[in-house]
Amino acid sequence: MSMVRLSDLPVGQYGIIEDLEAEEPFRLRLQALGFRIGKEVRLIRQALFGGPLQIRIGSVNVILRRRDAAFIHVWAGE
Amino acid sequence: MKRIALLGMPNTGKSTFFNRLTGASARIGNWPGITVDLLGAKILLGPEIIEVVDLPGLYDLHGFAEDEQVVRRFLRNNPVDLLCIIVNATQIDQQLPLTLQLCQLGLPAIVVLNMIDEAERLGIRIDAATLAAGLGCPVCFVSAKYGRGFPETREQLRQMLSLNPPVDHAALQAELAKDEALLAKAEKLIARAVTLPRVLEYGLTERIDRIALHPLFGIPLFFLALFGLFQAVYTIGGPLQNSVAWLLEGFRSLALTPLQTVLPGWLYGLLVEGVYDGVGTVASFVPVIVLFFLGMALVEDSGYLSRIAFLMDALMARLGLDGRSFVMLLMGFGCNVPALMGTRIMRSRGLRLLTMLIIPFSLCSARLQVFVFLTTALFSPAQAPLVLFALYVLSFLTAFGTALLFKRRLGSNEPLLIELPPYRLPTLKQVALRGWHEVYHFLNRASRFIITGVVMIWLLTHLPPGAAVGSSETLAGWFGGWLEPLLKPIGIDQHMAIVLLFGFVAKEIVLGAMAVVYGLEGDALAHLMTQQMDGVQAFSLMLFTLIYTPCLSTMATLRSEAKSLAFTGVSIVWSLGLAWWLSFLFYQGARWLGY
Repeated sequence: MSMVRLSDLPVGQYGIIEDLEAEEPFRLRLQALGFRIGKEVRLIRQALFGGPLQIRIGSVNVILRRRDAAFIHVWAGE
Repeated sequence: MKRIALLGMPNTGKSTFFNRLTGASARIGNWPGITVDLLGAKILLGPEIIEVVDLPGLYDLHGFAEDEQVVRRFLRNNPVDLLCIIVNATQIDQQLPLTLQLCQLGLPAIVVLNMIDEAERLGIRIDAATLAAGLGCPVCFVSAKYGRGFPETREQLRQMLSLNPPVDHAALQAELAKDEALLAKAEKLIARAVTLPRVLEYGLTERIDRIALHPLFGIPLFFLALFGLFQAVYTIGGPLQNSVAWLLEGFRSLALTPLQTVLPGWLYGLLVEGVYDGVGTVASFVPVIVLFFLGMALVEDSGYLSRIAFLMDALMARLGLDGRSFVMLLMGFGCNVPALMGTRIMRSRGLRLLTMLIIPFSLCSARLQVFVFLTTALFSPAQAPLVLFALYVLSFLTAFGTALLFKRRLGSNEPLLIELPPYRLPTLKQVALRGWHEVYHFLNRASRFIITGVVMIWLLTHLPPGAAVGSSETLAGWFGGWLEPLLKPIGIDQHMAIVLLFGFVAKEIVLGAMAVVYGLEGDALAHLMTQQMDGVQAFSLMLFTLIYTPCLSTMATLRSEAKSLAFTGVSIVWSLGLAWWLSFLFYQGARWLGY
């Protein structure tokens, strides 16, 4: 297990959230959608041309830009 | 095999604890009674192999969040020998009520106070013996992050399991059954009193997304779907439109023409040649518009819109916008007004203003009527769809170009965070309601704008009394002459100048206005158009109609949503200027090339 930014997680991989570095309003929106420390996330896919990421957290799927996903640190799992 | 269940609130480090306790042996498994995957692992504890299951975090054992239901269902359907309750020691005051709830379940339990190192640093002192006595179960201190307290916790777990205390399964079932009964009652009530859209099975959503969000095919598929939607609208809508026109014409010749002998000439002219022909010409397009909105409703309710945001975000980011801006642009294809209101979801003012600046360029259904009429009248059946398609492309290009020009002033760094909902099948009722809503909306606008508009145009083309209808002696002729130097370079004649003037108020008036200005409707009007202008002029006219100020309602909405008169001014001046220049370049260019 190694700690990486969510934006650097390979497609298809799981990670466990270790830290939400995001600023206050964005952080709260993340938390409302289930992004909490210790939660498992999975990078499902990335859009073409450096587009956004599809992240699954629990049964929720969200779209996040790479730039914003970089604020989330995860322990990369297998 | 004995089983330990890990329980606790979210954010307690439960998963970290689980990982440290079980090493790397965890795997995802299916469990009876629940549909989500849980992490489970087998560990050696003393002489025995024990199964450890990591249950989802919960705030309230009797709560109804999805995770909380999962926990209850797991406990009801899977025998558990020991509960291991993880508590964040730094927030013990907030987490103790849940701990008590869990301890009172009647299952053997042990409470693990995690993050004890942090709690100590914060000066929190916890008296383990008192706490254990109060809770009625042993308490351990650990730091899951650093591994502190693990040997003791393992030993405690082993001892608890070896005691083999009796479990009161009946009490447990009774305790959990109460919540299930409430849930069942709520579900039953919902089934009876509430209609929910059908949610497609989760796996199906995933399979659709694998195609719809495919890195290579996703975007082409979207444009194909859009094209399919338009094709369907015209294939079904065309015959419907003809039959409505036929009905209106039939009514006119059967019921209205006889009135000619009864009513005074001017009143007959105003009512039949003015209001009836004007409104009728517009009304024959209602079926197409309704179908178009039904299609939009289908897309909107299906959950596909947020997928479009995902696909288009990379492109939109380069224009200073985001995926949501593109979705709003698409909504604008129906009507610009709700699309402008939809930008309220954007928090950054710059992003919102930039999106509001480009929405008026999206080819709304009112403009669509005008274009369908003119393209069918002036171009061959093979060319007409291509011309219409070109107008849609131009609609996107002007919107994107505008964003590119203004993005420096209005861009933003707002984070993008959108949920991708499961795909849903809209119910027939929803779709029917939506269709009715559009008809109502049309009738509403018809009574407010279209009738007033066509009456005013009838007056302009017939006053002062005695002037030859539509000639340069009438008020319309005077206005047209005044506008001529401005519109002649773009190939638009006097009559059309009047029509465009009314197009400021609403594009729905444009067709009605044309009918009144030329004193003809339906096929006769279409036929006259072919004599009045050629293809180049018609395209220049449509280009101008596409780009200049969409309608008064849009401007009023822009003003109230942006709360800035200056911004509204910029939007009007920019769209008028752009419309004139592009039409000028097109018209003069085409003429110069000899078309």
